Amino acid sequence: MTDMEKKQLEILACNVRMGILEATHGGKSGHPGGSLSAADVFTYLYFKELKIDPNNPRWEERDRFVLSKGHTAPGLYSALANREFFPLEDLPTLRHIGSHLQGHPNMNSTPGVDMSTGSLGQGVSAAAGMALAAKYQGKNCRVYTLLGDGEIQEGQPWEAFMFARHYKLDNLCVIIDNNHLQIDGRVEEVMSPYPIPDKLRAFGFAVEEIDGHSFVQMEKAFAKARATKGMPFAVIMSTVKGKGVSFMEDQAGWHGKAPNDAEYEQAMSELRSQLEQLEGM
Amino acid sequence: MAETKKIATRDSYGNALVRLGGEHPELVVFDADLSAATKTSMFKKAFPQRHFDCGIAEANMMAAAAGAAAMGMVPFVSSFAMFAAGRAFEQVRNSIGYPALNVKIGATHGGISVGEDGASHQCCEDFALMRSIPGMVVMCPSDDVEARAAVQAAYEHQGPVYLRFGRLPVPVFHHEASFRLAIGRGEVLQDGSDVAIVATGLMAYEALEAGRVLREQGISARVINLCTIKPLDKELILKAAQECGNIVTCEEHSVIGGLGEAVCSAVCEACPVPVRRIGVNDEFGHSGPGGELLREFGLCAENIARATRDFLRRS
Repeated sequence: MTDMEKKQLEILACNVRMGILEATHGGKSGHPGGSLSAADVFTYLYFKELKIDPNNPRWEERDRFVLSKGHTAPGLYSALANREFFPLEDLPTLRHIGSHLQGHPNMNSTPGVDMSTGSLGQGVSAAAGMALAAKYQGKNCRVYTLLGDGEIQEGQPWEAFMFARHYKLDNLCVIIDNNHLQIDGRVEEVMSPYPIPDKLRAFGFAVEEIDGHSFVQMEKAFAKARATKGMPFAVIMSTVKGKGVSFMEDQAGWHGKAPNDAEYEQAMSELRSQLEQLEGM
Repeated sequence: MAETKKIATRDSYGNALVRLGGEHPELVVFDADLSAATKTSMFKKAFPQRHFDCGIAEANMMAAAAGAAAMGMVPFVSSFAMFAAGRAFEQVRNSIGYPALNVKIGATHGGISVGEDGASHQCCEDFALMRSIPGMVVMCPSDDVEARAAVQAAYEHQGPVYLRFGRLPVPVFHHEASFRLAIGRGEVLQDGSDVAIVATGLMAYEALEAGRVLREQGISARVINLCTIKPLDKELILKAAQECGNIVTCEEHSVIGGLGEAVCSAVCEACPVPVRRIGVNDEFGHSGPGGELLREFGLCAENIARATRDFLRRS
């Protein structure tokens, strides 16, 4: 990755973060913390990795993305809007009556959303089913799914991991956003899922551990995922919940709370100065 | 009358899948380590590349089938009713029902006639659970002919369908050549005007037998078979309510949340008439031969006839 490309992605990620703030502030509801921790991977996927066409969201041969941690829909919506699947102006209608931006992703209302999710642990199974179907259909497309570290406390992802290995779903890439926080506190204090890489290796995955805020590391990990045959791939990202907004960083309280007007202004001014800095570089 | 041939509707399911599978390459089957019992093993034998065993993991199976449907496949997903509708309820609700994905749930071993396995495996709550999901079609065929037609109709329907099949061989009373099935349409098996007996699944044959007994005793019973529990054939039910004035419902399911309550809801809003519900009375079953359990729990022609006579005397 060139420095220019990296900077471009960082600028886009900053815009995606601003969209998350626009959405949760406009909706007066929603989940900024986990959307911000995953903002960089949303950016990387939608601007670099996924084979998609915003003008043809249901293109048969597209890569699929399933947001298994569906509550971080603001992050997905912001990436989709920034990628021009729908207007940026839609973002503040998040969770409003009549808006296509439902509280959790709805594949039948929002262009670019490949699966309805929200109940934790289910999206990863749907992604595995998609990967299985793509293989059966001989489609040359890949399926990506993003889970939370708290989400894998559910039993169902482990059923899905078994299934993915059993059917050798090398077209499936599981991404885990290890932001260390869930509603009740630190993940290891609530119910430890650790060590995540060892567990996934034991389930038959090829595993790559990365800094989930480094595009350089993402590029390497996803390239490796594409090159891996015969087994599913997992990218375990260490991230900071609330990343990019000083007062939201590493705070469990910002899991599912919308910023008020003053908080929104402060967050946006922080992001604007980050953006200015990047653009001035 | 010659001895009626008996076939378990789970066998009809397996046969129908094989026939449909031959015509439609996008039809795939998911099972959870029960293919020998659900009879998807027949499909597995015919189309091994299209049968996916998910192991004993129903939650993943349901959502994986949803994913396959999102890719344009038509998955039939099988397990016992207890685990398909019960254990995986939330996956069916959120990953199949809410996105309205084209998944067909073929649940076998419904009801108390499961027999020897006992209460843990005798699902008498599946109609209630599946009816409560918006857009879900709920079907419970009565015999081999209807079961095979129901699988075909489910395939042709765009959207989620729950099909309940049984373990116990039951009499085949429909005639293949003249039989037509449409989702949401009931069938009058015998005409009558004193009372309407509305039944689903294996209770339809029992209701028909009860209707014959009642006729000999001077009671004119209209016997209606409802293969589709949802959407309910309200037109047929309301007509029966108006013309017969009394309704008896019969189902191998809890009296809570199933056919009986669906019929009660329909008539009480449009044409209130007394309704007597025959089903499993808010209790668990227990081990024993399926046929004997049906008699013990009053899910037989003899009890339908007796309960109908008592009901008419009182109403």
